Amino acid sequence: MSAMSSYPDDLLYTKEHEWARIEEKEGGVKIATIGITRFAVEQLGDVTQIDLPKEGETVKQSEVFGSVESVKAVSDLFAPFTGKVVKINSPLGDSPEYVNEDPYDEGWMIQIALSNPEETKSLMDADSYQAFLREQAE
Amino acid sequence: MPIDLSSPDRFPARHIGPRADDVLRMLRVIGAPSLAAMIDDVVPPDIRLGRALQLPPPATEHELLDELQSLAAQNQVWRSFIGMGYYDCITPPVIQRNILENPGWYTQYTPYQAEISQGRLEALLNYQTMVADLTGLPIANASLLDEATAAAEAMTMVHAVAPAAESARTFLVSDACHPQTIDVVRTRAEPLGIEVAVANVEAHDLRGGVFGVLLQYPASDGAVTDHRALIARAHAAGALVVMATDLLALALLVPPGELGADVAVGSAQRFGVPMGYGGPHAAFFATKEEWVRKMPGRLIGVSQDAHGHVALRMALQTREQHIRRERATSNICTAQVLLAVVASMYAVYHGPAGLRAIAARVAALTTVLARGLARLGVTVKHASYFDTLRVEGSAGQVAAWLRAAEARRVNLRVIDARTLSVSLDETARADDVQALWEILRAGAGAGAGAGAGTADAARAGAAAGFTPAEIARELDAGAALSAPAALRRTTPYLTHPVFNRHHSETEMLRYMRRLEARDLSLTRSMIPLGSCTMKLNATTEMVPITWPAWNRLHPFAPPAQAGGYQVIFKQLEAMLAEITGFAGVSLQPNAGSQGEYTGLLVIRRYHHSRGQTARDVCLIPSSAHGTNPASAAMVGYKVVVVACDERGNVDLGDLARKAEEHRDRLAALMVTYPSTHGVFEHEIKKICAVVHQHGGQVYMDGANMNAQVGLCRPGDIGADVCHLNLHKTFCIPHGGGGPGMGPIAVAKHLAPFLPRHPVIETGGEKGIGIGAVSAAPWGSASILLISWAYIRLMGADGLTEATRIAILNANYIAKRLDASYPVFYRGEKGFVAHECILDMRHLKKIAGVEVEDVAKRLIDYGFHAPTMSFPIPSTMMVEPTESEPLAELDRFCEAMIAIRAEIREIEEGGAPREGNVLKNAPHTAAALLAGEWTASYPRDKAAFPVPSLRDDKFWPPVGRLNNVLGDRKLFCSCPPVEDS
Repeated sequence: MSAMSSYPDDLLYTKEHEWARIEEKEGGVKIATIGITRFAVEQLGDVTQIDLPKEGETVKQSEVFGSVESVKAVSDLFAPFTGKVVKINSPLGDSPEYVNEDPYDEGWMIQIALSNPEETKSLMDADSYQAFLREQAE
Repeated sequence: MPIDLSSPDRFPARHIGPRADDVLRMLRVIGAPSLAAMIDDVVPPDIRLGRALQLPPPATEHELLDELQSLAAQNQVWRSFIGMGYYDCITPPVIQRNILENPGWYTQYTPYQAEISQGRLEALLNYQTMVADLTGLPIANASLLDEATAAAEAMTMVHAVAPAAESARTFLVSDACHPQTIDVVRTRAEPLGIEVAVANVEAHDLRGGVFGVLLQYPASDGAVTDHRALIARAHAAGALVVMATDLLALALLVPPGELGADVAVGSAQRFGVPMGYGGPHAAFFATKEEWVRKMPGRLIGVSQDAHGHVALRMALQTREQHIRRERATSNICTAQVLLAVVASMYAVYHGPAGLRAIAARVAALTTVLARGLARLGVTVKHASYFDTLRVEGSAGQVAAWLRAAEARRVNLRVIDARTLSVSLDETARADDVQALWEILRAGAGAGAGAGAGTADAARAGAAAGFTPAEIARELDAGAALSAPAALRRTTPYLTHPVFNRHHSETEMLRYMRRLEARDLSLTRSMIPLGSCTMKLNATTEMVPITWPAWNRLHPFAPPAQAGGYQVIFKQLEAMLAEITGFAGVSLQPNAGSQGEYTGLLVIRRYHHSRGQTARDVCLIPSSAHGTNPASAAMVGYKVVVVACDERGNVDLGDLARKAEEHRDRLAALMVTYPSTHGVFEHEIKKICAVVHQHGGQVYMDGANMNAQVGLCRPGDIGADVCHLNLHKTFCIPHGGGGPGMGPIAVAKHLAPFLPRHPVIETGGEKGIGIGAVSAAPWGSASILLISWAYIRLMGADGLTEATRIAILNANYIAKRLDASYPVFYRGEKGFVAHECILDMRHLKKIAGVEVEDVAKRLIDYGFHAPTMSFPIPSTMMVEPTESEPLAELDRFCEAMIAIRAEIREIEEGGAPREGNVLKNAPHTAAALLAGEWTASYPRDKAAFPVPSLRDDKFWPPVGRLNNVLGDRKLFCSCPPVEDS
């Protein structure tokens, strides 16, 4: 797999290895779709369970919004942004393997309506994220 | 030369593996001039105990059994009608001999290597199925420590998941619960900021921020109450309901799940597990599916092996404290596997019809007893009951009843000066009912005063004027159970075939032996798990466990009836105090995790007694076992992690900085010694001093005590508390994952704070000591005999020699395997302590081999793998113990070296990186005998990589487990038969 598709260019990334895809809906509301990166998936191994918030709950930037479990680890999920959860990827309840198979598409986790779109500036783009990964590996 | 008249058969030579000439050979391999010189290089000189331990002289096995006989005679087994969660029962002899007294069942470790644990995993799955069926809740775990701690665990789980728990802080406990349960729940609640309100729950309005309710069903005093309306009210208020219950009663009563309860807890003791003066027994925990991932304790799940066959494993391991650390909601590790197995086999042996018949007979005898009492004019409080009657009278009458009971060597429960209760069990007979009538006739009429007891006793043989058989004849079958129709169970249970096909002794025997053969135990090979100390569990140490004089005592029988036990406790406490260098000992904690928790509670109470309530920071080295931070969190402490250097030693600079930074809040340091990396840190005294200097106390984790006994002592090193895993260092068998015992030893200033007990006086000072941490005053009292026996058989010299040989064995393995798998950490002089860590991190890169592949290939060689990936990922930690002989150490080393050669083939391209002999391990006979053989290596290489395996081979019953499938599609009860 090429580096490009491992970390798509159209996404934003956090140091906690979440990705976010920002879309603007009618009325100017910004919706972020959130999941975990290929790096996170490789570290975890086969995902067995994902705990997500309920639709309608509010999450806060940098705070824990859920957790993801594999047979060897359990990791907290940190919200990249503050906002209301408008949708969760409920098929993950029965099919957590989507996160392994397709982390950027079928493996998405939640969608948030951003309260403060300025927060998007604190995330990394694909190049910075890969530089960050290289730095971490050293 | 004078003739030595003492016995030539000395126990230390039976317990310790290597012979004198082996020791010399091993020292030559290691390159040490003598054992003494090696030990001098291993243990820092400034902490050495410069004298022999002051212990009683060693006894021979024969002498010790004689001594135990005479001590047993100081216990008086009176007929117990005390109840309160402990009942006399009948251990089916076929189960007693083939499980409880069988090292094939009691010497295995926790089933981490599922492929060689399928026997007990099946028994535990039966246990889960039995509990789930009887409680009417879909998910049950594979045992907790006792009913009281299970209730406390339920409280913390409910606190984590109840809708009301976001704001509510009150856990409402029925005043009809057992007093020991209430006390343990209170102890657990206080540091977590949970308010415990004890009340008549049926009359409670559930206001005041109630997040959970604990009920006892049937109640401690016997009442059987329909709680449906209360449960509905609790749910409406956002609270969840926990029911402490009784499995035998549930054979006849509507189960908690059908009443709407969210959690059911209790003890499986009366399913064939002797009372043992308090334990060990298996507790159970069942709940709804939505909280399975929050449930404490170990859970067995159904998965598949590499060939697609049904295979069992421990599921959801990521919930455990070793992964979640301070975020864990429970610190429980070791459970009560052996006793859960016994209880499950009791259900297999009797089946649903048999259990129902046993329960119905107990209920009928109780009803007959109550009817007779009514005829005698004695007041029985409740009209609805299963096996327990609450009996009321004047103070004078009650006193007369107790005198009459004493004259007949009968124990009743005293609730207060005007109230008694009487509990029947499966051992009860019509004679007992008759005797109880006679006892409760005493003092009938107004005039019963002082001196009446003698006359009553004289009259005791007189007939009540009617017999149990007469009253029974008047009852129709439906009236045997005195409970309302709405609480009579109609739903089936134990419908799975496993509970319906092994009812003849022949079938039962073969079923147990078949399961036993699927497990690798110490009867077959060494189990070199690091930090687990899988040493010999000598037969002599085990023998008294099943003597009635030790195992039929009720834990709340008057202490005067337990004279033998009191001697054992006193001597064991004194011996453990001497071994640890401490002043006080509590034998109450039921496992190492409970010892940690208790030790921290004692420290906390000490700080509070000095007005230092702000101290709540617990320093924990990064190398610590995950139970440490989990225990700290349970007492409300904030965990601050201290860095370790590359040798796994505490970074003294970082420790000093953090102790200084938190000096006003520093409560404790938790430190394992020798470290979890298997070395004696030279700076340990300084580490303790730094913590003391900043007002903290030092908690020493005793998991590695097997390297210290006789050489150095936690108390001398500077610790204030340590716990002892009696199931590691002091020979209680691991039982396949329990029982354990985790007593704590403390310095003098902490002794007043040791745990007390609400029923039997024990522990620290009244009003000062912490509350109960276990249901029984001396925990699992009967297995304390094992540790007592071990110390008495070894004596001071034998114990110290065992420590030296444990260190020698570890260093021998380290030396022999270093060239194949580099030894990770060594002390300053190049030696390890009693265990060594083998580095396997490079194998993935060079050959695609993971530590798990090596573990599974070891099964093909007939070995249980060492501890995997603790304390360092992709390593193995080996602890051989002193009991393994040189021949076995060599066999293990040769297997490990041969596996390294197999890895080299992959490295050098002689074998593929996938589908090789490691990746496909373990190899079952069925897989090897398959018609078509497609693997890249011959079949005999898979099965017989070393020639000795042709003479003696342990065949794994299943291939490699599919862990992912098991956790994704969780299934935790007996699978339908067509699949198995």
